[in-house]
Amino acid sequence: MRILILGLDGAGKTTILYRLQVGEVVTTIPTIGFNVETVSYKNLKFQVWDLGGQTSIRPYWRCYYSNTDAVIYVVDSSDRDRMGISKLELVAMLEEEELKKAILVVFANKQDMEQAMTPTEVANALGLPCLKDRKWQIFKTSATKGTGLDEAMEWLVESLKSRQ
Amino acid sequence: MIKKFDKKDEESGSGSNPFQHLEKSAVLQEARIFNETPINPRRCLHILTKIIYLLNQGEHFGTTEATEAFFAMTRLFQSNDQTLRRMCYLTIKEMANISEDVIIVTSSLTKDMTGKEDVYRGPAIRALCRITDTTMLQAIERYMKQAIVDKVPSVSSSALVSSLHMVMMSYDVVKRWVNEAQEAASNDNIMVQYHALGLLYHLRKNDRLAVSKMLNKFTKSGLKSPFAYCMLIRIASKLLEETEGGHDSPLFDFIESCLRNKNEMVVYEAASAIVHMPNCTARELAPAVSVLQLFCSSPKAALRYAAVRTLNKVAMKHPSAVTACNLDLENLITDSNRSIATLAITTLLKTGSESSVDRLMKQISSFVSEISDEFKVVVVQAISALCQKYPRKHSVMMNFLSNMLRDDGGFEYKRAIVDCIIGIIEENPESKETGLAHLCEFIEDCEHTVLATKILHLLGKEGPRTPSPSKYIRFIFNRVVLESEAVRAAAVSALAKFGAQNDDLLPSVLVLMQRCMMDSDDEVRDRATFYMNVLQQKQKALNAAYIFNGLSVSVPGLEKSLHQYTLDPSERPFDMKSVPLATTPISEQKTEMAPVATSKLPEKLAPSRQDIYQEQLAAIAEFQGLGPLFKSSEAVQLTEAETEYVVRCVKHTFSRHMVFQFDCTNTLNDQLLQKVVVQMEPSEAYEVLHYIPAASLPYSQPGSCYSLVRLPEEDPTAVSCTFSCTMKYLVRDCDPNTGDPDDDGYDDEYVLEDLEVTVADHIQKVLKPNFGAAWEEVGDEFEKEETFALASVRTLDEAVGNIVSFLGMQPCERSDKVPENKNSHVLFLAGVFRGGHDLLVRARLALSDGVTMQVTVRGADETPVDVILASVG
Repeated sequence: MRILILGLDGAGKTTILYRLQVGEVVTTIPTIGFNVETVSYKNLKFQVWDLGGQTSIRPYWRCYYSNTDAVIYVVDSSDRDRMGISKLELVAMLEEEELKKAILVVFANKQDMEQAMTPTEVANALGLPCLKDRKWQIFKTSATKGTGLDEAMEWLVESLKSRQ
Repeated sequence: MIKKFDKKDEESGSGSNPFQHLEKSAVLQEARIFNETPINPRRCLHILTKIIYLLNQGEHFGTTEATEAFFAMTRLFQSNDQTLRRMCYLTIKEMANISEDVIIVTSSLTKDMTGKEDVYRGPAIRALCRITDTTMLQAIERYMKQAIVDKVPSVSSSALVSSLHMVMMSYDVVKRWVNEAQEAASNDNIMVQYHALGLLYHLRKNDRLAVSKMLNKFTKSGLKSPFAYCMLIRIASKLLEETEGGHDSPLFDFIESCLRNKNEMVVYEAASAIVHMPNCTARELAPAVSVLQLFCSSPKAALRYAAVRTLNKVAMKHPSAVTACNLDLENLITDSNRSIATLAITTLLKTGSESSVDRLMKQISSFVSEISDEFKVVVVQAISALCQKYPRKHSVMMNFLSNMLRDDGGFEYKRAIVDCIIGIIEENPESKETGLAHLCEFIEDCEHTVLATKILHLLGKEGPRTPSPSKYIRFIFNRVVLESEAVRAAAVSALAKFGAQNDDLLPSVLVLMQRCMMDSDDEVRDRATFYMNVLQQKQKALNAAYIFNGLSVSVPGLEKSLHQYTLDPSERPFDMKSVPLATTPISEQKTEMAPVATSKLPEKLAPSRQDIYQEQLAAIAEFQGLGPLFKSSEAVQLTEAETEYVVRCVKHTFSRHMVFQFDCTNTLNDQLLQKVVVQMEPSEAYEVLHYIPAASLPYSQPGSCYSLVRLPEEDPTAVSCTFSCTMKYLVRDCDPNTGDPDDDGYDDEYVLEDLEVTVADHIQKVLKPNFGAAWEEVGDEFEKEETFALASVRTLDEAVGNIVSFLGMQPCERSDKVPENKNSHVLFLAGVFRGGHDLLVRARLALSDGVTMQVTVRGADETPVDVILASVG
């Protein structure tokens, strides 16, 4: 199984990747390029690709779309200013032919922050309710606290299984 | 996999390379499997190998296809196969410059370099540094610093070596890692220590003081690594050379002490450094040579080779020191390693006595066919050195060389032999005919155009003046029948020279010329037609000007002048005198045989130094209308070295003016100089017309100011003059760190050394290959003659040297070389006086108590002739 973790810079993608892989919070630096790790969850093995979210690196996302089963799209729920940019990137990505069949899981991350938007607010801001022909779900997460990740992975595993 | 290769080999039958017939497009097609999951490491490995193989074969990858393959390769990072990952590092390094956006692997490599897997860490650092540019370097700086002091030697070494590569690109960033490098220099691992020293040196190499401090520290504290020691020795000897430090310097003591190191490599390095130092006394050399002598009998072939090779190199400079090793070298003649034997024999040839020459030559001819071209060249060099030392042995040598010339061999080897034979001919007039005969035989079957044309040129120059010139004609004309265009053209030129010099051959030459006029090549036909017409005039002066002594103008200058003329056509015919002269006459008259290895292949016509000056000066409005630049002198220092301001002057001579170009450098970092001029006070009737200031002279950025001077017209013989020079300028103090100057400044001046203009500044050297013909051509209309006594001169050599440098004219016919044991000599000098007047000087010298000199001057105009006599007197 091949999973991509995408999202704007500073959303918490790398932290999520290593939280999933080793179950710990690691100190990260901005990802220039990508990190790739094998993550096991419920006896399933995933190749998880965490692609850097900086403006300069986003154009390279498409080089890694092929054969992708699911996309984890990470949003910094407290960054209201860039919610619009996040939406544009998401929409552009979902239009790609190679990702037509990929399942979308949105992580409304950084829920531990005070000014964080709720999952519903995030979903509306990203325009998720208007999505057609796409299996998607949104979860509230906090990668540093480790909350919400299990539920999200649970749903993802089930969805992937049911599709097979 | 290996089995598969074997099978293929058997099928192809040639047992050759399995990658031989790779198609780039097919390989790139295969690379698509990188995108598949799961990854098959074995297949991917094989494809990466193919890609790297193609890249190393020089196959060109377009940016798009390279980038596509590169991104596909990045997907292999999901595999944890060690071999595959390391192959990825190699691919990244190979493709770093041909693929776009290689920074995409930055994070992955950073992770590998800091990870737990030691086999990944070093290679990941090296790959990362290849894809990182200055802007990205800051992002990985922290990791580089950590890696330099890492306890795993391979990691530390990789980081140090990569830093060394980065110094060229991002000196300022790498400079901040000095402390880490220092720490690594005290690492126990010999490689880490060596690499750390290398980095430290390269960070400091432009700062002599810092280098010397560093040397001081390490030579005292001592290092473990023999590699580092070798490097210290090299740094120390370079510093000694640069500072011209005496041999009482602590640096020399250090190198000397390394002769007693327990590691052979260090000992050799120290010995080699000492014997290569300039001005070594016999006493200083002795210990180094005795170390090399010891190595000569070492059981290790590498040491014997190193020792004998070094001895061979210094044999010419210090023959007496090397003579001490003669016995050991004799033993090496029969060494089973042919390279060692060759070097031993050629060393002995350089140092041995005249009587041993025959024996050694015999020895070497027994195996000369077994050694490689490279060593054959060494043999030829030894022979050419020998010929200079023992001119009487030239017949033995000539014989040997002609045999070598008949053997198989590459271009370098044949050229070395031909150069050597030409050298012998020039040194020993009595060997001329044999030498020419050997060369004639050689060109009968010579595949190298360059050599054939060179020999034909020589035959044209020397052949007509031999007792029986007719015998060369056949060899030359055969070339016209048999060879390529370039050789045919050269043969035609050579033929013409025979016709011009020998009246009795002229009718036959004309017949042959007529045949050449039907050649299929334009150049050959043009030459033949031209020579035919000149020869038919039967005028000595024409022959001299157009056949013996060709054009002496600078070719780029001629091209430019002609272009200018066509852009701006005028009624007046094109004037050859308006073309600048060639500044470096063809160095036909080598005073000593340069080692063959250093002689370069003919270069493309690069603009000469003078052509560059011409262009620079023409860009300055005040200097327009001065006419073509006639001559530019070498730069003259007007300040002591290491003063506040460094000023050098180049004297540019025009037909009626001189321009003095002052190249100034301000070495004070707390001053900005503005409006810099050099004021000149002439001693004679020279008139300063213009000063063109250098607008500003910031710290360490050189700038130029100029003075334009009119030469005295009333008295054209006043060619020498002394100028007292003062540099005047406005000083603005400034902050040494930022370079920001104060708002106001003050005037100041700085006295420079006097500048001399001499007769040599008015004369350009011109080589007349056939001086006799040129002498007749100019004629005796303006001939003057006078006799001088040079009381203070003791030898003919000294007299010749003085005259040549005083007049600044070109010695012709090798007449600057005085044969040994002669009491009289004739010196021929040729040049052009400013304004374009040919000038020839014949100086007959006789040695009695002092030297008596009878000077005869011929010129195309009276003034220059008077100038010469007036200035000599």
